[in-house]
Amino acid sequence: MFKFLFKRLLVLVPVFFGVTLVAFGFIRALPGDPVEVLAGERGVSPERHAELMAKLGLDQPLWQQYLSYVGDVLQGDLGTSLITNRPVAEEFFELFPATAELAICAILFAVILGIPAGIIAAVKRGTWIDQGIMSISLAGYSMPIFWWGLLLIILFSNTLNLTPVSGRLSFLFEVEPVTGFMLIDSLLSDEKGAFKSALHHLVLPAIVLGTIPLAVIARQTRSAMLEVLSEDYVRTAKAKGLSPLRVIAIHALRNAMITVIGLQVAVLLGGAILTETIFGWPGIGKWIIFSVFSRDYFAVQGGLLLIAGCVMVVNLTVDLLYGLINPRILH
Amino acid sequence: MALLEITNLTVEFATAHGSLKAVDQVSLSLDAGDIVAIVGESGSGKSVAMLALMGLLPWTATITADQMSFDGKDLLTMNAKQRRAIIGKDISMIFQEPMTSLNPCFSVEYQISEVLAQHFGGSRGSHKNKVIELLEKVGIPAPETRLKAYPHQLSGGMSQRVMIAMMIACEPKLLIADEPTTALDVTIQAQILELLVELQQANSMALVLITHDMAVVAETADRVVVQYAGQQVEQRPVTELFNNPRHPYTQALLSALPEYAKGKTLNAIPGVVPGQLDRPVGCLFSPRCEHAKDLCHSQPAPRSEGVLCHYPLPINTTAVIQTEAVS
Repeated sequence: MFKFLFKRLLVLVPVFFGVTLVAFGFIRALPGDPVEVLAGERGVSPERHAELMAKLGLDQPLWQQYLSYVGDVLQGDLGTSLITNRPVAEEFFELFPATAELAICAILFAVILGIPAGIIAAVKRGTWIDQGIMSISLAGYSMPIFWWGLLLIILFSNTLNLTPVSGRLSFLFEVEPVTGFMLIDSLLSDEKGAFKSALHHLVLPAIVLGTIPLAVIARQTRSAMLEVLSEDYVRTAKAKGLSPLRVIAIHALRNAMITVIGLQVAVLLGGAILTETIFGWPGIGKWIIFSVFSRDYFAVQGGLLLIAGCVMVVNLTVDLLYGLINPRILH
Repeated sequence: MALLEITNLTVEFATAHGSLKAVDQVSLSLDAGDIVAIVGESGSGKSVAMLALMGLLPWTATITADQMSFDGKDLLTMNAKQRRAIIGKDISMIFQEPMTSLNPCFSVEYQISEVLAQHFGGSRGSHKNKVIELLEKVGIPAPETRLKAYPHQLSGGMSQRVMIAMMIACEPKLLIADEPTTALDVTIQAQILELLVELQQANSMALVLITHDMAVVAETADRVVVQYAGQQVEQRPVTELFNNPRHPYTQALLSALPEYAKGKTLNAIPGVVPGQLDRPVGCLFSPRCEHAKDLCHSQPAPRSEGVLCHYPLPINTTAVIQTEAVS
């Protein structure tokens, strides 16, 4: 167990350098720099430009900039945003709950629909039910997120007038941030109708963000179930006289989940960038996009590193959860 | 009335090349306490016939029979729920591969207590003492310490013992053992067989032993069914069959045993069991039979005195082959 954990933590070292290097190089490879963007259309004289760049420490050779950046990070300093002048980590963790709330709801949506869909498709293999589920899931998988989001906004917000277009909560409500999760905070507050409003705001973005994971989970569940259903131990379970539901839901599904559970958190966070932008959702994704456009070098570097950190933490947690489902790992 | 009565059981599989007859007009009658061995090469439909009895064949299988009844209940007309109340309880089956037949995700206790809870009610936890008792019965040392073990922590022989404990948990009237020792070490094979016979005698249950090991047959069975390409070619009491095989295939099987080898070569049966596309018109064994005549190649063999053959071997009063030599 500890050996397993230690091995996994050791992998973080090369990942850390990879992520910092990519984030550092990528944002500097874009044309323009923070000073130019801040100056806007009026422009700035070359002397003043050089002066400001020197002030930000951006006049030094790249390797020196990288080393001082990595040095700062290792001391726990992710830098300060060039736009807001606030520590990057502080900005990140202020926005993080919004993204986490959206991502959790999206994955719940995907799991609750995707696993039963995959099971039904596997059990009804080769029938029109199977083909129907798999066609819909292929369509969902191939759907561009931004287009799908816009379609849903046009249908539910514009035409049917059922849901708001953007944001997390109606302006009518004032909710004290306690947990940062709007659904929970709105319930904790005294504001009547705030929870309903928060839920209305969340539904469409969660569906949009959950669509690709839903399709992936349905397909993975189906193929894992098909494999497991032909195993000897499933025949044994049937030979015990157990009901078909018990054979499928207990004996087969538990084994199938071992392969399905590897949820792609990275895919989810990547999707969050697009989804948050479409729905004006004040989370990490929207913030990263804004930081890229304003060439906020430190915000992008720090933000990407923290996102990578989240992905790794979640993946590690999932790996540890495997142990609970699959006794062969822990014993 | 017999415990199990199967008459003319036929199982066909729908395949891409048309239907495949895996079991062809098989009949079997068993009383409580009988031990019957079904022998034959791979692909002779031994397992399929028994899986049909258990209702464990995939939906691609079509099962027909003149009669298939167990303990006075008609298995052909009962619905799936009624059948589930019988299998695992009154009819149980042990499979060939103990290592893959146990669910890797659940502990030994879970898997055994599950079958008890299914058929006798109560929670799984309430059957803990019974589980320990069963593990003891199948010869697992220190059963209390094994309750929480997972299948990957057990050896093949241990797994098969757990499997047996699971399948005798409800004290079945009929136990089907589908090549229970094939995947095990030779030293373990004998122990498992002994255990099965012991349990069979203690509970006076009927035992169907599917095998291709003639030594196992000679040691344990009262009666032998020889199957070839889905057909029952001969069905006789074990000593009679060993001393005086009437069907050429049985004779060939017996003389293929290493004990009867002359010099350094084994008496192998030439050719292979016919498949779906190369089934002979006449007797199915005719292409490989050293006694085959013209009639054998053109006409399906008739059944007489329990032997499916145009020209059964003569009844021999002075037995040449002796059972003892085999066992």
